[in-house]
Parts: sequence; C-alpha cells; structure tokens
Amino acid sequence: MKLHEFQAKEIFARYGIPVQPGVVIERPEEIDRLEIPYPVVLKAQVLVGGRGKAGGIKLAADPVEAKAKAAQILGMDIKGERVRRLLVVQAADIGVEYYLAFTVDRAARRLVCVASAAGGIDIEDVARTAPEKIVKLHVDPCTGFQPFHGRGIAKRLGFGGKALLQFAGIASALARLCAEMDAELAEINPLAAAAGDGTLLAIDAKLIIDDNATFRHEGLPRNEELTALEAAARAADLSYVELDGDVAIIGNGAGLVMSTLDMIAHFGGRPANFLDVGGGATTENMAQAMEIVLRKPGVRALFINIFGGITRCDDIARAIAAQPPRVPMVVRLTGTNEAEGRAILEAAKIHAYVEPEPAAREAVRLARA
Amino acid sequence: MAILVNASTRVLVQGITGYQGEFHTRRMLEFGTAVAAGVTPGKGGAEVAGVPVFDTVAEAVAATGANAACIFVPARAAKDAALEAIASRLDPVVIITEHIPVHDAIAVVAAARAAGVRVIGPNGPGVTSPGQCKIGIMPNHLFTPGPVGLVSRSGTLTYEIVAGLTAAGLGQSTALGLGGDPVVGLSFQEAIELFAADPQTRAIVMVGEIGGGAEEEAARYVGASVRKPVVGYIAGVTAPPGKRMGHAGAVISGTEGTAQAKMAAMAAAGITVVDLPSRVAEVVRRLL
Repeated sequence: MKLHEFQAKEIFARYGIPVQPGVVIERPEEIDRLEIPYPVVLKAQVLVGGRGKAGGIKLAADPVEAKAKAAQILGMDIKGERVRRLLVVQAADIGVEYYLAFTVDRAARRLVCVASAAGGIDIEDVARTAPEKIVKLHVDPCTGFQPFHGRGIAKRLGFGGKALLQFAGIASALARLCAEMDAELAEINPLAAAAGDGTLLAIDAKLIIDDNATFRHEGLPRNEELTALEAAARAADLSYVELDGDVAIIGNGAGLVMSTLDMIAHFGGRPANFLDVGGGATTENMAQAMEIVLRKPGVRALFINIFGGITRCDDIARAIAAQPPRVPMVVRLTGTNEAEGRAILEAAKIHAYVEPEPAAREAVRLARA
Repeated sequence: MAILVNASTRVLVQGITGYQGEFHTRRMLEFGTAVAAGVTPGKGGAEVAGVPVFDTVAEAVAATGANAACIFVPARAAKDAALEAIASRLDPVVIITEHIPVHDAIAVVAAARAAGVRVIGPNGPGVTSPGQCKIGIMPNHLFTPGPVGLVSRSGTLTYEIVAGLTAAGLGQSTALGLGGDPVVGLSFQEAIELFAADPQTRAIVMVGEIGGGAEEEAARYVGASVRKPVVGYIAGVTAPPGKRMGHAGAVISGTEGTAQAKMAAMAAAGITVVDLPSRVAEVVRRLL
C-alpha cells in the first residue's frame, strides 16, 4: 500500500530523518488557524505521481493568498484522483537537490540503495538520460546496510565534511525504516541541501508498504489506493482490479485471468475488470465475485473462465446457477469435477464451453449486441 | 531424466497437518511421489496418510532420508520453515505458500544461495516430473511423460497449457512454476539452463507475465546459448501500469515489465512467441 506524503513523513520523522513540520488541512478556512511562518507551500496529498506539473503544489506569501490557492487545489482532479487534503509547510530556501531511496531489486533479489545528485526530478528520467549520475548499492541481506555504505555513497555524490556525515546518517535511517517497516519503496526526492549551511532536509517522502506484511505493523493508515469495489473485493479475499471496459471477467489463477483479459482484447472486446477467485474457491467466494464484478456500472456481459485444479467445477457451477446475472453471460468450465459442474449448469439451462477461445469470442459478441 | 525432481526425490512436507498440507500430501502420494516425512512443530509422533510426522526438519531427515522440501505453512511462519529446510540442505525447497512478505523472501533466497540450495517459489504451484515425482499442487491427471519442458510464473495457466500439450500427444519432462511474487528463488534463466542440459527435454515452453525483467534476462540467455526450440507466451498485454494483477509480482512499474517489451525481447532471441495459450501445443509440435 502506498502512503500519502504526510503519512510517510510522520514515519520518517520517527526514524530521525529531517522533515519540515507541517499541517494537514481539508478546507481553505483552516488556513486561518495555522501557526506556520510565511511564505508557505501548499501540497496536494494524492497517491498518483506528477502532482507538481498538474498544479497541485503552490507557494503562498500570506494567508489571503494561501486561502485562495488552497481553494483552487482542494477538490482538484489530478490524474483521476480528487484532492481531499493539503499538506502546508514553511517554504524552504534550498540549493542542490539529491535523490535517495531504498527499494526491492527483483533481478538481484536484494534491496538496493539508489542515490543521485540529480534529484528533484523523476529518477526514471535520470536513469534514461544520464545513467552515470545514479549511484546504486545492493544491500547484503547478511550484514544489512551499514554506516560505511552510507559514507561511501555520500563520497560518490560529492559530499564532504559535516554534510557527508549527515547524508550517511539519513541513508542509514532510511535503510532501517525500509527493513523494519517492510517497505517496497522508501524514497526521498528531493533530499535538499539548505541554501545557507547545506543542512539536508527531506522535502518529499514516498513510502510503499508490502501488502503481504501489513499483519506485522500496527497502526498503519487505511489503504486509500483502492477503489470502493477493490476494497470490497479485498475484504472478501478476492483479487480484483477495476478496468474501464464493459466485459466483466472472473477466472481462477492470476495468470489465467490475465490471459483471459488479453483474449477478450484479442477478439476486439474491452475487459471491465480483473478478478481472480483464487485457488480452491468455494461456492460462496464465487457468488461474492459475481456480485462484485456486476456492481460496476456499464458492464454489458460477464465471462467466467474456470480451469478447475484445486478449484472444483461443481462448486463454481452452484454459485452461477443460484444467481443468474442481470447481463448476458458466457461460461467456460473444465477440469476437476467438470461433469458434476456441467450437470448443475444444464439443469439451470446454462451452456458451458470447454475451450476458452470460442467462449471469449461469444462474450465479446454479446457485449457488442 | 527430467529436472529438479525425479524418482529418487524423497519429499518432506512442512505444514503436513494443515488442511492444504494434508490434502496435497494425499494427492502427491496418489501421483506416486515418495513423501518420506512431514513436519509440524508440536505434532511429532503423529501420522498423516501413513507419512510419519516430526517436530523438526533435522530429526525428520535423520530418520527418513528426505532430500527435498515442500512448504505449506502459513505466510507468517514460512520464512522460519524455509530457513529450517535450508539449514538441513534439502534441495529443492519448494514454497507453495502465498502472501509471504518480500523482505522474508529476500532473506530466504540469500540463505539458500549461501547454502548452495535451490528454492522454488514462493507463491507457486511447485514442480512435476510426470511418471516420477510431483512436489506441490498441480492437478495429477493433466500430465504425461514426454519431451516438453515447461517453466511458468503462474499456476492455472500452466495447467491450461499442460492440458493442451497432453491433448495434442505431447508429454512433459518437467513442468515447473517459479511463483508469482516479485522475489522468487529459481529464475527463468536457471530453469532453462537445466532444461537445455536435460537429455529428455527436446523443446522448452516459457510462460511469463508482466512485471520485472526475468523473461528478458532468460531471452538473452536463450539467444546466446540454447539450441533447443523455445516457445514463449506472456500474459498481461492489457494490464494497466501500476496495478497488481493478482500476483504480487505482476505489476508494470513505470515503463518496466510490460508484456510488449518481454515479447519483443523473446522474439529477438529466436523464441517463437504465441499470442494465445492454446497455440502453444501446435507450435511445439511443429518445432519438434
């Protein structure tokens, strides 16, 4: 789960990483009560990237300007996400901007520290245009990230004196945070040096916590990344992703469902969602899955693609027969207990395909009809 | 021949007294797998489907000569279980468990490498060498022995393709699921290296999906070093960036990990890329 900047900064502060004190507001009138010295920066709290370019970050010299700009940003739509909160911080006078992050390197199967003196912009752009400006260090899982690793990176970024020690301290703190909080990404961009004395300050903070590790972290904020339907699906232990087409999809197994979406697109249709009922899905799981995918407005057909392994075709068929959908439906059913499953569907006058492709073609045709 | 598991593999099931552990132990026995022992801490002395249960891996290995592990224990205890199997040098260590934290997977893979042991998974269906040994949860009836080696990141899609191969009269040497997580043990390239060296395997099928760069890495290896025909399929052409498609590892990050990039890398390496899973069997037959 991705955290908002203000949520990430609260955690960064706990680890001794320098962040500016800030206040979160939800209405422009709250500006009046702030006790932050002007000028201030108003920052839209959204989970999508690129909020600065979209006009979600603004400088204000006094309370009148701050209130006007807060009114502009609050409620704004940034890449489909509505701005509900602003983080207000004192404007900092900054010089050089650095980049510092810890993330999972899948290929190396290790955590990697990524740092650059070309901070403040998208690190993927730096990687593309000037890869020599990026310093990378893989973390040995046996030793962890040590202060000397941080000093080595600081040296390569051109730090010296007190700033070198401060950078190494921040890097060690971020490494500890990443390990202890089960972060998939802990990123400071920019990590800015103050214009005067060069003191480092985390201007922005990004933190993504491993969804599989939330069980061992108390007090995490609510996951705001999910749509209402996605949250409902997760509560029912179903893996659901909302898409923008009109053919609702249910299948078993992530790979099979991805491939089912591709098949629908291959035959000219547009999938409305991804839904994996999971291995060993029960009749109840399947009923919940049907209920969730059909709740999405604009769905014109339902395609159910089941290859029974641990999942049993008869369990799936019982859910389908009990609750015929409000839209045209195509079922592909094969594998474990196939004959029993087919018998249940036939009794309910529902045809089931054996091969996936003719079924996918028919689902596309029905959505267009 | 086959790879990773064969008739001399003696399997130890960790979490054997749980619902999944017991169910799949019975299916493995029906397949003909030599399940030598089970481990559930605190339940030593019990028996599941005729298989003796021990408290620790070390005593199970000493008593039964088990040489490979299959892990069904819940995610929060899976790191401990895997490290225990690695400490006894079981090989391979097959982790079926889903939802293991990625930091735990990193620790397990590092420990396995240090010990010279191969980890398969987590979050995979296991490994099956038809006629010899099955470790994991793949449905028994799909398989028949033969010349096709299959390596995949997904379970059900593997079953779909294996069923297609078997129906077309094409048996399998070994079918292997690498797991759907971002950090897994055995990689595509390592699996393909094993298939390339296996005399039974005459054609290789690789089934990838969006996320990461393991398919591209394997493609470069195939282009440089593999003489056997390789057929590839990638799921997730229609997946939007930034969304996890069921598997924790199936996510396009920024511009990395798209299906298009993987298919292009595979085609450039001389791999025959198909656009529907059902086409795998006919293409394999043509290439053999």
